[in-house]
Amino acid sequence: MKVRVFVSLKPGVLDPQGRAVHHALEGLGFGGVEDVRVGRMIELEVADSTSDEALREMCEKLLANMVIENYRIEKLETA
Amino acid sequence: MAFRSAVVTFPGSNCDRDLAVALEKVSGEPTIRVWHGDAELPERLDFIALPGGFSYGDYLRCGAMAARSPIVRAVVEAANKGVPVLGICNGFQVLTESGLLPGALLRNAQLKFVCRTVPLEVANSQSLFTAGYEQGATIMLPVAHHDGNYFADEATLDRLEGEGRVAFRYGDNCNGSQRAIAGVLNQAGNVLGMMPHPERAIEPELGGTDGRALFESAVKALVAA
Repeated sequence: MKVRVFVSLKPGVLDPQGRAVHHALEGLGFGGVEDVRVGRMIELEVADSTSDEALREMCEKLLANMVIENYRIEKLETA
Repeated sequence: MAFRSAVVTFPGSNCDRDLAVALEKVSGEPTIRVWHGDAELPERLDFIALPGGFSYGDYLRCGAMAARSPIVRAVVEAANKGVPVLGICNGFQVLTESGLLPGALLRNAQLKFVCRTVPLEVANSQSLFTAGYEQGATIMLPVAHHDGNYFADEATLDRLEGEGRVAFRYGDNCNGSQRAIAGVLNQAGNVLGMMPHPERAIEPELGGTDGRALFESAVKALVAA
């Protein structure tokens, strides 16, 4: 099964990269952009039997740094 | 008693030699070099140092991969038994990622790599690593990093300050760190992580000697023990 893990900075954690991207979008003339936060998406191919518990553990032990980041797991059905 | 120190080298470390030389110059004893793939540390170590650099190419997050390597599991075990551990720059990032120190190091607030000699305030001169400095003294040490912006939640920052665990603060907060924190200690006081490079400031010919007292403090405390 294919799993996507979205890792994003927690609200309140300064995101200088997001700020720079925001600034660049404005520089390109795009108006109305309120805020930009940069995160990361990790795609995993795992055995169908992989438990939710194991996926959460992967996120909390390595994929996300729980001090500064949140994660969201999205399971995609096997094509 | 001979001072037995070890420096761990990860793929991508680049301050490991300087750190080993600094420990050797100050202690007069050879520093043991440990490779990241080793599962065990040498026996009876007095001091373990994690160097600066870009371990594992900074993949995922700075220090994240190194913090999960077998050798760092052994370092965590040793630290929990009381062996002094010093992490400099990337070594500091490894220590926060491993959970030995609280907080995290984010991208510098101004997004620039900072590489210059900066003033630091010695915020705690009572530790094993900082006893050779005067409390509140200003020292000059080089920094060279892109991700040195110290972050922890307010409660953690209050606790660190209340317990005297902020070892160094930036005089000019060159990277946007919370409360200008440049170096923190663990609760027991045997683990120090710091972004500035004391190992680059031990010889007058190389621009300064303000880093020497850090190594001298540790050697003195540990050889006397």
